Amino acid sequence: MFSANRRTLLRVAGLAALAGTLSTFPSTADAQEKIRIGYAISKTGPYAGGAGITTLPNYELWVKDVNAAGGIKLGDKKLPIEVVEYDDRSSSEEAVKAIERLANQDKVDFILSPWGTGLNLAVGPTLNRLGYPHLAVTSVTDKAPELAKRWSNATFWLGTSAQISEGLADLLGKLKSEGKIGAKIAMVSIADQFGIELSAAGREAFKKQGFTLGYDKTYPMGTQDLQPLLKDAIASNPDAFIAFSYPPDTIALTEQAQLLKFNPKIFYVGVGTAFPLYKGKFAANSDGVMGIGGWNAESPQLKEYLARHKAATGKEPDRWASSITYASLQVLQQAIEKVGKLDRTAVAAEIRAGTFETIIGKVKLKDGLLQEVWSVGQWQNGEFYALAPASLPGARAAVVPKPQWQ
Amino acid sequence: MLLVDIILPGLVLGGMYALIALGLTLQYGVARIMNLSYGESLVAAAFGAFSLYSGLGLSPLAALLLAVPIAMALNWLLYRFLLERLMRRGKDRGAQEIDSILVTFGVLFVIQGAMLVAFGGQYYSYGYLSIPLTIMGSTLAVNRLVALLFAALVGGAVYLSLTRTRIGTAVRAIAVDANAARLVGIDVAALSGLAFAFGGGLVAVGGVLISMFLTFNAAMGVVFTMKALVVVIMGGVGNVIGALVAGLLLGVVETAVARLVDPGLTLAATYALFLGVLVIKPTGLFGRAAS
Repeated sequence: MFSANRRTLLRVAGLAALAGTLSTFPSTADAQEKIRIGYAISKTGPYAGGAGITTLPNYELWVKDVNAAGGIKLGDKKLPIEVVEYDDRSSSEEAVKAIERLANQDKVDFILSPWGTGLNLAVGPTLNRLGYPHLAVTSVTDKAPELAKRWSNATFWLGTSAQISEGLADLLGKLKSEGKIGAKIAMVSIADQFGIELSAAGREAFKKQGFTLGYDKTYPMGTQDLQPLLKDAIASNPDAFIAFSYPPDTIALTEQAQLLKFNPKIFYVGVGTAFPLYKGKFAANSDGVMGIGGWNAESPQLKEYLARHKAATGKEPDRWASSITYASLQVLQQAIEKVGKLDRTAVAAEIRAGTFETIIGKVKLKDGLLQEVWSVGQWQNGEFYALAPASLPGARAAVVPKPQWQ
Repeated sequence: MLLVDIILPGLVLGGMYALIALGLTLQYGVARIMNLSYGESLVAAAFGAFSLYSGLGLSPLAALLLAVPIAMALNWLLYRFLLERLMRRGKDRGAQEIDSILVTFGVLFVIQGAMLVAFGGQYYSYGYLSIPLTIMGSTLAVNRLVALLFAALVGGAVYLSLTRTRIGTAVRAIAVDANAARLVGIDVAALSGLAFAFGGGLVAVGGVLISMFLTFNAAMGVVFTMKALVVVIMGGVGNVIGALVAGLLLGVVETAVARLVDPGLTLAATYALFLGVLVIKPTGLFGRAAS
């Protein structure tokens, strides 16, 4: 009795499930009313700080902007975006799990990328296997060209480590040939992939430009007192101080440099220099400080973006990857609209091949990489202007030497 | 003057380590609660100081007067309504420890979640007393010196009240053997709660003071829990002077390694020292032999 009952039950359940799938299938295929976009982002853990300033606010702003305009145009109608969001807890395993879930269980139409080089590289193979376009915006790695070749769905938007270090070295080389700075550099870097790649590329590029490295050391993540490091860097009496650092260290190095009255002609610090927090904390003392990134602050589109970002999220965007993140989403939208249907392979191909109008200007990727990337910016009168590469439109002249700390 | 330039900044860094560990040594060593939400409480206090400073222009030192009583009250409530029943139920110290770890692990996420909702994930930093002070040719930041001063004062005061007062003696008796303490008429539950609340107050002191010079965000608590744990275990669990000495020692060693050997090896030096102490004295620098 029991087994017969159970069998009937199973059969009924199976039928119900089958009926369920049958009834949902036509409705998604025929009458799609929304575009489902999913992402897993670090809301907790060590990456939450970066994700919370660069990535998440731009995802939210973009969804708001698109939905306010009626949605993404697909054929002859506009479909609003529906968001599915997870926390990857700054862990590669969680990020990969969340992507699998987004694709297989939530069946989202598109997936946006997580924050940071490590997580983007971690989810790369999964997104590639599942066939979702991968906009790996916040990743800086020398492997980008190779990865873009291997993963036809992936695109990279911040350049390579070598590009960033070489941009800086070219700028310093030019200043040296103009007689504005001498040939001595002190360099410190954080001991993780980001710091190692940038300092390795920098070491070579600086040497090529005829600089000597009087001090060249790494420090472990989470170092709470950078004064010893800075004192030895000062002792080498450099013309330029270069730090490939993370936000807490960027802040700490600047603070300690002021305490020690260390005024090199060039003061360059890493990630975090482009954050509004930096200007907020150091106010007039931020003037003349150089760092990674920068943007063309005179561009009307970016001015308008700054105002919208402030109104929607209550805070200013960072001046490095924020506007590029937003632009990458504009590219995604335009690619979907050009393809005209939710064909992910075609959209990924269009992202690579097409030309798009965005807030950072005309975007045309080459081999899956955005080529026009700012490598050095400088705070000048409360705005983080881009300095290098000087060949890009909107590049400013550097203020050298940096004004003394007040 | 390289020696002065190592020892003074080293002591200042060590003072900060000692400061963030003092609360844990009371909560873990004396109240027998391995509080995994320790770092989160510290960051919460830092956020409190930041809000008072940026919102009301209240100096972090004045904020202490507000933050410490609030933190003590919250920690007392946490003990009274959540942890006390676990302590009563646990058969031995091992069971109590496991239960408290599980519960405070949950509390960690509650505090972290509340901070994420209120402040988001991004970094916060404000400068207070970031003034250079040159002592014997070595330049130090006043805010870090204040932290060292507080660590020494608070540590000394806690040590004296634990060793020289009646309540302090009773609290130490509980730390040694809770059951025996009950036999001689000590109100174990009330005094453990007091010690836990007091530890919570010290966490607030640490959080408020480090917010003057460290950049922090809602996700950073675990860094401080780890550092505090290393200091507490190295100094001898429950020993306040041990935590002070261990913190200062770590600071000086890290600074010396950064100046004399390589700044990349500071973390390695910390754990080498930690391991070395544990190999020679498994109960920590000032720890008693395990019973």
